[in-house]
Amino acid sequence: MAGYVIQRCLQAVVVMFVMSVIVFVGVYAIGNPMEVLIPLDAPQDVRELIIARFGLDRPLWEQYLVFIGNVAQGDFGRSFVYATPVLDLILSRLPATLELTLAAVFGATFIGVPLGIWAGYRPDAVSSKTIMGLSILGFSVPTFWVGLILILTFAVSLGWLPAGGRGPTVTVFGIEWSFLTPEGLSHLLLPAVNLSLFKLAMMIRLARAGTREVLLTDTIKFARAAGLSEGTIVMRHVLKLIAVPIVTVFGLELGSTLAFAVVTETIFSWPGLGKLIIDSITSLDRPVMVAYLILVALLFVTINLVIDLTYAALDPRISRGAAS
Amino acid sequence: MIDTSTPLGRFWAGFRENPVAVAALTMVAAIVLVAVAAPLIAPQDPYDLGGLSLLDARRPPGHVGSGGYVHLLGTDAQGRDLLSAILYGLRISVQIGLLAGGVALAIGASLGVTAAYAGGIVETLVMRIVDLQLSFPAILLALVLVALLGQGKAQLVTALVAAQYAYFARTAYGAATAERRKDYIEAATATPLSRARVVFRHLLPNCMPPLIVVATVQIANSIALEATLSFLGLGLPVTEPSLGMLISNGFVYMMSGRYWISVYPGVALIVLIVAINLVGDQVRDQLNPRLHR
Repeated sequence: MAGYVIQRCLQAVVVMFVMSVIVFVGVYAIGNPMEVLIPLDAPQDVRELIIARFGLDRPLWEQYLVFIGNVAQGDFGRSFVYATPVLDLILSRLPATLELTLAAVFGATFIGVPLGIWAGYRPDAVSSKTIMGLSILGFSVPTFWVGLILILTFAVSLGWLPAGGRGPTVTVFGIEWSFLTPEGLSHLLLPAVNLSLFKLAMMIRLARAGTREVLLTDTIKFARAAGLSEGTIVMRHVLKLIAVPIVTVFGLELGSTLAFAVVTETIFSWPGLGKLIIDSITSLDRPVMVAYLILVALLFVTINLVIDLTYAALDPRISRGAAS
Repeated sequence: MIDTSTPLGRFWAGFRENPVAVAALTMVAAIVLVAVAAPLIAPQDPYDLGGLSLLDARRPPGHVGSGGYVHLLGTDAQGRDLLSAILYGLRISVQIGLLAGGVALAIGASLGVTAAYAGGIVETLVMRIVDLQLSFPAILLALVLVALLGQGKAQLVTALVAAQYAYFARTAYGAATAERRKDYIEAATATPLSRARVVFRHLLPNCMPPLIVVATVQIANSIALEATLSFLGLGLPVTEPSLGMLISNGFVYMMSGRYWISVYPGVALIVLIVAINLVGDQVRDQLNPRLHR
């Protein structure tokens, strides 16, 4: 087991190194930031000053080494556009994205799981077939299109909800949150629904498949034979038995929802990380791009590492197989 | 009468039993046909600037334009006939989807089958990279690649292929590891045929059924992905107005109630994607060996 843990951790480090090189070289190979940063009519000395300040005159590998050294100290450089440290910029946008992501994933789970259990419990009912049909739509219709329709329906036509932005925020523990005011909550609702639809479809399918399997097991037969009510069976037994895969997917999806938030945030002008990365791509703000990509890579590598190690702890065959 | 003595005939006989799938397939065929024939059937050439008049801009569906022609689906901000723009947009979307899906299939299937047949270090290396990539969401990969490569048709297709080949590689690898233990592969290996021939002429064709299923889904996915990227302004250049870009252009006007500029291109996109997915569902049911009697 110890050997497997070390092996997987080393692998994660190698992956992070490769990712950082790819991202750094890739980002720094496109476009010419000098054209963006320096006005065309700038005098030569100003030009040289800016180049020296951003270290653009040094060879690429040297820039990379300086960059990695700084990253190790938590310094991702300064944004070309905002002229503030990139880490501060990212941290200031993180709560908005986190809030949106959590709202979407929790919403999808608490609505999707009961619907999925129902669809699995009564697979032939019209309501179940409707639920499953809608879940296919949730899978295939692109997120940005659903977002547009939500805005068109609830913001433009009905005027019930705001079309974008985050609304007023309340500061708790030095971080701003939207969900604590009714106004902020109304701003959160549409983007959260938009972001959750894909997860909702997935939760429904997972819960349905799980329920159908569990209903055929002896546990449920004995529970029925013991005279428990159907409600108790579903709440006490089915839910408990299908929980494991749902919790796993819940954890996995938290990461990918964070990534998918890019689209939703752009449509609803939600001032989070996703909007920041799109803006930085269009304005060639390379330090922000590099920092975002490396942090996201780190997030996914960590999630995968944790999952692999958890599975290995649960199933000894995995670590033994890798060692042989 | 359908000849059920061939695999294709049997497949088609089964396919015909699902009316939804048949309707979806008809829809896909109709859309592809319309997309191919767009220059012939579109009422207006939407990118001939001489034919446009700003007097016709942002008119609702049914507006009679200055050319005396009825704009069935209204016009966009440049006075372009929306129906014609959608037909041309479909053409680009279908083209990108097929191109990206096809190239990803070719690369991914070759990699997967080769990894399964070769084994050893090649297998470990290829499948490690593939698994690593599968743990990242495709949209994020595509976004990063578009950001790194810059804009353009070739760059976009490259990004889509790079984001999607891993699904094909995984599927082909799974099918090929099961297939390569069978006698016919061993027999082929014992003959003086080259290894490449064994892999591509004997192993690969027998791994096709699951690959076809993945291919249908991935073509729909690459169309959706391209639309998403174009909507975000990171997809095709302005000279290649796909459906995603049409939707994006109309987004600004939606707030003031001019819904048609975004909505109709969107409807075309959704119908295309859902129809492909429905066909894919049926193909999956039929080619899945576990569901066979």
